[in-house]
Amino acid sequence: MAEARSFEGPRRTERPLSPHLQIYRPTLTMMMSIVHRITGIGLYFGTLLLAWWINSAQGPNGYGKFEAFAGSWIGRLILFGYTWAVIHHMLGGIRHLIWDTGRGFGPNEREWLAAANLVGSIGITILLWIVGLLFVGGPQ
Amino acid sequence: MNAPRHIRTPLARVRGFGAAKSGTGHFWLQRVTAIANIPLTIAAVTIMIMLLGRNQPAAAQILGSPAVAIIMLLFITSTMTHMRIGMQVIIEDYVHDDIAKLSLLIANTFFVAIVGLTAVYGILKLSFGL
Repeated sequence: MAEARSFEGPRRTERPLSPHLQIYRPTLTMMMSIVHRITGIGLYFGTLLLAWWINSAQGPNGYGKFEAFAGSWIGRLILFGYTWAVIHHMLGGIRHLIWDTGRGFGPNEREWLAAANLVGSIGITILLWIVGLLFVGGPQ
Repeated sequence: MNAPRHIRTPLARVRGFGAAKSGTGHFWLQRVTAIANIPLTIAAVTIMIMLLGRNQPAAAQILGSPAVAIIMLLFITSTMTHMRIGMQVIIEDYVHDDIAKLSLLIANTFFVAIVGLTAVYGILKLSFGL
């Protein structure tokens, strides 16, 4: 077989494909799975902000620049999204760890877990920002 | 139809790994770092909220204090390990061209090494006051 292929070159055989994403009606569990991956990608590049923040604390000029960014509306929007991504990915990760034990796959359980993931991540994010802005004073 | 099982020598089993040569190492490490990331993320977010509204010398002093610095170093190394594996899985899932795939896998390692060590350097510098 290998020799035959080397003469004719690699050839793509037409085979029936199993239905893929665009065939199915979107479900909550499917969306939460996709969002888990997207938030993971967001957090990956978000570490650039983490490294900038840590290194800006070395001196007043650098820290001033970071604070100006963090206090601007675009900066706050990015940091709000960052907070939500962290919390959502963490709760989604806990969901995966529950699944790793073999639990939580039932029709009711998996729907409940997906809903709790979404509601919990939004709720905790808003709570953290209320604490940060009102009680601690927010970025200056 | 038991013949293949008998032809297969115990050596493959002793070596423990199949064609991938790596067994379940990545799967396991992704779970271990995920578990570590839960308390470390809660701690890191708490530290960030604590630093809100403080000026640079105060922020530098808190970030460089031993307990906070050690927590941040654990947070950085655990998340960097976790996200390197995560991004590798994403690349392997979606990029099938060999050259593009290998380039992205190498870029992934470089990104994590550069950003991770930059963050670690920042914490160590604050902590040792150099």
